[in-house]
Amino acid sequence: MPSMVSWRLRGGAQRVRYRYVHQPNWGKIPVKAPPFAYVRATSLDQVFDLKAQHGDDARILAGGQSLMAMLNLRLDAPELLIDINGLDALKGIDEDGDAVVIGGLTRHVELERSALVATHLPLIAEAMPNIAHPAIRNRGTIGGSIALADPAAELPACVVALDAEIKLVSGAGERTVKAREFFHGLYDTARNDDELVAAVRVPKSPVSRRYFFSEITPRRGDFASAGLAATVEIDGDTMSDLTLVFFGLAGRPILAARTGDAASGAALTGDIDQIIGQVHAVLDEELETQADLHSSAKMKSHLARVLTKRALTQFAAGRS
Amino acid sequence: MDETTVISCTVNGEAVEEIVPARLNLVDFLREKLDLTGSHVGCEHGVCGACTVRLDGVIVRGCLTLAAQVNGATIETIEGVTATGEVADLQEAFLARNAAQCGFCTPGMVMSAAELLTVNPDAGRAEIRDFLSGNYCRCTGYQAIIDAVETTLAGRKNGGSTT
Repeated sequence: MPSMVSWRLRGGAQRVRYRYVHQPNWGKIPVKAPPFAYVRATSLDQVFDLKAQHGDDARILAGGQSLMAMLNLRLDAPELLIDINGLDALKGIDEDGDAVVIGGLTRHVELERSALVATHLPLIAEAMPNIAHPAIRNRGTIGGSIALADPAAELPACVVALDAEIKLVSGAGERTVKAREFFHGLYDTARNDDELVAAVRVPKSPVSRRYFFSEITPRRGDFASAGLAATVEIDGDTMSDLTLVFFGLAGRPILAARTGDAASGAALTGDIDQIIGQVHAVLDEELETQADLHSSAKMKSHLARVLTKRALTQFAAGRS
Repeated sequence: MDETTVISCTVNGEAVEEIVPARLNLVDFLREKLDLTGSHVGCEHGVCGACTVRLDGVIVRGCLTLAAQVNGATIETIEGVTATGEVADLQEAFLARNAAQCGFCTPGMVMSAAELLTVNPDAGRAEIRDFLSGNYCRCTGYQAIIDAVETTLAGRKNGGSTT
């Protein structure tokens, strides 16, 4: 056996021996997060009641892949964590007529491996492997990603591109907000603090539609410096309804509607570089990028051009 | 409100029942309370992968999961998968290829690679790289690690031999 075998297991001992002794002196145990209370919620009503009691001092714990990091870094100090991971009503991927409804607690790995998503939401299927790393995708949830609204997150851009609807629930009832009206700015959304993302309703994508998803990251799985979720209809050689949603460029996903409109009707034949040039010209005017730690606004604008070129090149190569 | 909580779970096949502070991370619980120090603590915010453990059969970040959350769950650590022999061939390949240099990332790498071996037995080098992208090796011994995983994948296809 190799040397990495724990020394405590040597000598043929197959049984791991633990210290079960209760240690009242917690001072010896390292902790990262500030102290908080914890409730394992067993019903949505319990979550609503606790939110009503504690307000902004309580946080909802879904996959925890961003919240736990923030707590470990002490960027947040709630009094209470309400763990919703046991709420099965918020889980699952189902067909509902011309849409696919994804429960807020559905984990990234489930979307990645879902046959329904692969068939009806190919853009999301393509985006999933780009989200962080396997261990993170095993825990992270779509509801968490959308509620947090990290500017570099993939799923917010996808739901904007696919014109999905976000279903929010609270003690006051439920309401639906269009994804295109949901993301307001940096970590700022239409969601009120007492609301949960219960589900995301995504229209099934027509078979004729083409998709492009790509992002540019310092390391595979890192937060994107720039990303693009794009869809288009191609009839013969002609593009229509080009939808370009950029992420990682500013505080929220950006739907470049003017650029999409300008490119609609363009034929993807002949000199593709000329079409790309025309699209870039509109894009340069429309996009407003913001610098982050790793890239300047100018670099982000450049990366947006690069991604747009790749998208149009892919669409041209795959036409009819 | 109570800042401690009771958990009862199965760790490497053994039942464990403990009172834990709500804010205690799973990896700290495993290391400090159960003395399972094979899982390492690196960045503590989900970036490095040194704390990778299995929760109900799938790998998770031990630093982004609370001990409080594993009530009723099954946990496996590097000690557990070593004891069962599940990753013996992978560990042998790591040794043969000198894929463990300082060894700090190794338990996390093995836990991640073990999942790849089951979810994608046909993985090529690019897919191995992709799958292990969430595990940092600061000795930068990546080529050897990928070699070791590749060898193990090939060995399992050929009926279990890694040599």
